[in-house]
Amino acid sequence: MAQPILEIENLCVDIKVPSGLLRAVQNINFSVAKGETLCIVGESGCGKSITALSLMNLLPRTATRSADKLMLDGRDLRGLGEREMSDLRGNRMAMIFQEPMTSLNPAYSIGNQLEEAMQRHRNVGTGEARDRAVFLLEKVGITGARGRLGQYPHQLSGGLRQRVMIAMSLMCEPALILADEPTTALDVTIQAQILHLLADLRDEFETSLILITHDLGIVARVADRVAVMYAGEFVETGTTEQVFNAPSHPYTQGLLRCIPIPGKTKRGEHLGAIPGIVPNLVGEMQGCHFASRCSHVHDACQSGHIALRASFEESHQYRCVLTPKVCAANSKRKVVA
Amino acid sequence: MSDPVIEVSDVTRTFMISAGFMRGKKPLHAVNGITLDVERGEVLGIVGESGCGKTTLAKMMLGLLPPTSGTLRLDGKAVGSADRIEVARILQPIFQDPYSSLNPRKSIGDIIMLPLRVQNDPNPETWQSRAEAIMDLVGLPKRVINNFPNQLSGGQRQRVAIARALINRPKIVICDEPTSALDVSVQSQILNLLQDLRSEFNLTYVLISHNLAVVEHMATRVAVMYLGRIVEQADTETLFKSPRHPYTEALLGSVLTPVPGLGVPDTHLGAAYPNPIDPPSGCTFHPRCAKVMDHCSNQVPPTIGANGTMVECHLYADGLGQKAKGKKTRKGKRK
Repeated sequence: MAQPILEIENLCVDIKVPSGLLRAVQNINFSVAKGETLCIVGESGCGKSITALSLMNLLPRTATRSADKLMLDGRDLRGLGEREMSDLRGNRMAMIFQEPMTSLNPAYSIGNQLEEAMQRHRNVGTGEARDRAVFLLEKVGITGARGRLGQYPHQLSGGLRQRVMIAMSLMCEPALILADEPTTALDVTIQAQILHLLADLRDEFETSLILITHDLGIVARVADRVAVMYAGEFVETGTTEQVFNAPSHPYTQGLLRCIPIPGKTKRGEHLGAIPGIVPNLVGEMQGCHFASRCSHVHDACQSGHIALRASFEESHQYRCVLTPKVCAANSKRKVVA
Repeated sequence: MSDPVIEVSDVTRTFMISAGFMRGKKPLHAVNGITLDVERGEVLGIVGESGCGKTTLAKMMLGLLPPTSGTLRLDGKAVGSADRIEVARILQPIFQDPYSSLNPRKSIGDIIMLPLRVQNDPNPETWQSRAEAIMDLVGLPKRVINNFPNQLSGGQRQRVAIARALINRPKIVICDEPTSALDVSVQSQILNLLQDLRSEFNLTYVLISHNLAVVEHMATRVAVMYLGRIVEQADTETLFKSPRHPYTEALLGSVLTPVPGLGVPDTHLGAAYPNPIDPPSGCTFHPRCAKVMDHCSNQVPPTIGANGTMVECHLYADGLGQKAKGKKTRKGKRK
């Protein structure tokens, strides 16, 4: 495997809330290799956006981050001050947010915003930065790029705005791009185009990509590796084929049963469902986080800490007391709630 | 067999949009001459990109917006002339965002019973028990009857919206993106519930969604909208198996099924959605169409077919029987 760009060990994020300490992210480990795409998938509130924000050190003030290892490109991110972090942001790591209307500044032209990133981090003049901006706008499929530099975000459609965001993230050729639900606010047709574009650019610039989404369709089509997140923990990690073809954790299995798949799910038939709601993450939690909603729950799930274990292959891991054999049998069984 | 509960004939809705300071106003044809029948007992899916007029059409069906021209008939009566309360008895909506469609200052019980109050139901003493019965049916615990919307989760709120829609036994429910604000695991619960209620109450659904997988799963017939027009209508099976209009093909091509290794499809839709104030000439889809021909840019395409199966495209000028050229290009794309 290639040299990892990002290495994370035991990342935790705690948020102070009136009722105690909300453990939003608990002991997460992962690494991303050069040119690799990791998808973090989960439902709202599972901690996927907080994970991304914690890497950028953009957490709200009530949140604290801790980690045993947090290396970007061989550099330790722990203990970096605000000035050092802002040297990295937009330079070595860039983020694409969900809603391009709120993440672009409405008071500045897109040309201004694109050039700013480069002028902040590289010792270049306006002309050079502008050329780079035009080059990238054309790369992301915006025609007449030079004329568009003077336009303001409100003059662009949602799809175009998201393209501008992507171009902006590439201005300094970062080693890592974090895309947090980049296509959720867009139409299906535009979504396909944007994802296509992201994949092409990732290959062309050999950038690593962390894509955060709740849409399993996107994950299956874009990711090299997948991490399924539930209630602050990774419950299953592996290559896309391992996770989608042999889902092991009951939560992953449940999620895959929930979505109608044209051609596969019989029309009008009941879809699978995951009963119950996400547990409250305030305070210490005993046992498996998914136990209250799991259909295979038994006594061993209720206490202690459930560790990640390897499935049939070492690279495919899941957090459950059940053995790989039992899980494989469960994934084939048809469960209709 | 034809027994339409909603008949939409040649309906147009035009909004006047300011073209800029001191420049007067320009017309925007949000819905531009739509003819559509909703048959009793069917689930009609309406799909299309944002801005194509899906919601405007739904609002006109609900009588919330008067059409600029054309008529809508509900159970044989014209929607405009009929009493609003009369319409509400037959037709109820479920909206997209359960966070903004419920009054935050009313209790769940009040919200669910409101239709009975508005419709002057003659037996107020039964309201409470009917509300409890319908809550039970949609899977809400009885104890939340005195709670307020902010105390419920998104899925529970959408159940409240469904209970409110169904309490006075309407015949038709218009669901405008009923699950797009919800998580996948909650989405499947709501879809299952809608399926169950449909058989229980003998309902007709108009299901508006941009999620084609959901439409494929729920709908019996699908209408595809583009820039205020319905460009294709067919029963679900036909539409998903052999789409006729190039736009439908592109839409289906952009559905991302969770199958690893297929990669992201290229829809070849290229240019962005056109400005609806200044729509392209001829066929409004021609700047984005993969099978564009010379006369597409200056001739409005004919409507071919009738009775719920139609397509509006020059490719089919010789009739629906003829399969489109270039059909092979889609082979192997969807599994």
